[in-house]
Amino acid sequence: MTSLFLAVFLRDLRLAARRRIESLLPLVFFIVAVSLFPLGVGPEPQTLRVIAPGVVWVCALLASMLSVHTLYAGDHADGSLEQMLLAPQPALAVAAAKAAAHWVVSGLPLIVASPLIGLLFDMSGPGLLALVTGLLLGTPILSLLGGLGAALTLGLRSGGMLLILIVLPLATPALIFGAGAVGAVESGLSASGHFSLLGALLIATTLGAPLATAAALRISTE
Amino acid sequence: MPLTFYTFSSPPRFYALSGALVPWFWAVALALAGVGLWMGFFVAPTDATQGEVYRIIFIHVPAAWMSMLLYLVMAFWAAVGWAFNARLASMVARAVAPTGAMFTFLALWTGALWGKPTWGTWWVWDARLTSELILLFLYLGYIALVEAIDDPRRADQAGALLAVVGAVNVPIIYFSVKWWNTLHQGASVSITSSPKMASTMLTAMLLMSLAFWAYAFAVVLTRSRAIVLEREQASAWVGELAAADGVTQ
Repeated sequence: MTSLFLAVFLRDLRLAARRRIESLLPLVFFIVAVSLFPLGVGPEPQTLRVIAPGVVWVCALLASMLSVHTLYAGDHADGSLEQMLLAPQPALAVAAAKAAAHWVVSGLPLIVASPLIGLLFDMSGPGLLALVTGLLLGTPILSLLGGLGAALTLGLRSGGMLLILIVLPLATPALIFGAGAVGAVESGLSASGHFSLLGALLIATTLGAPLATAAALRISTE
Repeated sequence: MPLTFYTFSSPPRFYALSGALVPWFWAVALALAGVGLWMGFFVAPTDATQGEVYRIIFIHVPAAWMSMLLYLVMAFWAAVGWAFNARLASMVARAVAPTGAMFTFLALWTGALWGKPTWGTWWVWDARLTSELILLFLYLGYIALVEAIDDPRRADQAGALLAVVGAVNVPIIYFSVKWWNTLHQGASVSITSSPKMASTMLTAMLLMSLAFWAYAFAVVLTRSRAIVLEREQASAWVGELAAADGVTQ
């Protein structure tokens, strides 16, 4: 099972490394989308500081949802997904590896870029730290839930939009605690409660989502 | 033919039974709603602080109850259909979804109508309103997913998985939204403490809830019958039904 996990994980990373520009698209989308908010809301630093965590989180959520749509699509189209599911190892390993690879390819760059974005929004140092910590705990949840959505909507005509509609309601707790952590730090409170809850959500999602994704893959490829 | 738990999981028998039951459910729904609305609007006393406005509670609260209950009912039948490969259970689950979404929307809409005069605003982002809104999104996601998949078997199973994941997530979403923000008035009816409202109000509300239950049964069964006919159109018994009605297939 570990070997299948590693094989799929490394293969997805290698594929991403060979399509570098394509792999960076979620990051570019994230930066462009975030930059639109000051233009729409107005450049007052006071307002920007208040909306920054929410904007960063919502844009990170949308960037993951838009990029996760293709997670299984290529392998489904060329038949390699069915071969992976035929392997004697459980489909759980494929689901977990795919979500992990998605997080490394499109989640990590967002986290690395987020302090920069925070500076554009005039966030304070502790606020930036809370934002990065929250994203570190929260973006894996988005990748795991997104993987489930991608498996459910595999090969459907309106898959991309549908995936967003399915996954966004499930991702609201992560959004609430992730953005809430920054808000708490900015108003001088401790964010440890938010981080504990995000960690709990991450553990629960890590335990549950790959199982559900594996079941969804079986349903979708039957 | 002995009557067992599985007797009515056969589509033709379900079709016949539900056809006989639907008029009764409509009659019960209309009668209970009539009595409940009469009690709510004419018998129940005026609220000391909110005046007459509060009377929307007789629609709002039962609708909110139904919206949450129907999601669980939907997830239950979808899961039964998935786990035991029971086609009829999956069809019923799909028939429940639009009614559940309608009740969710009704709860939100009546809540907005109630909020304007009492809170001075149509909408506040508090825990119960927000989680009800997210429940509506969950219903819409389920409906959209099952409608987007052409193969009925895959649609049923994928929908079941999504409904179960949603049902697991509903409490998590509720509590996270609750910790996020709360300024809603506390629950007015609870099982543990004695009700804080006049008994006529409570009776009217319970009557309206039962009326909504009967309505939900009537509508869901009617919709299930349509889905059964659609899915079983190639079978002999649907052909006989159509022939009896003088319809050529």
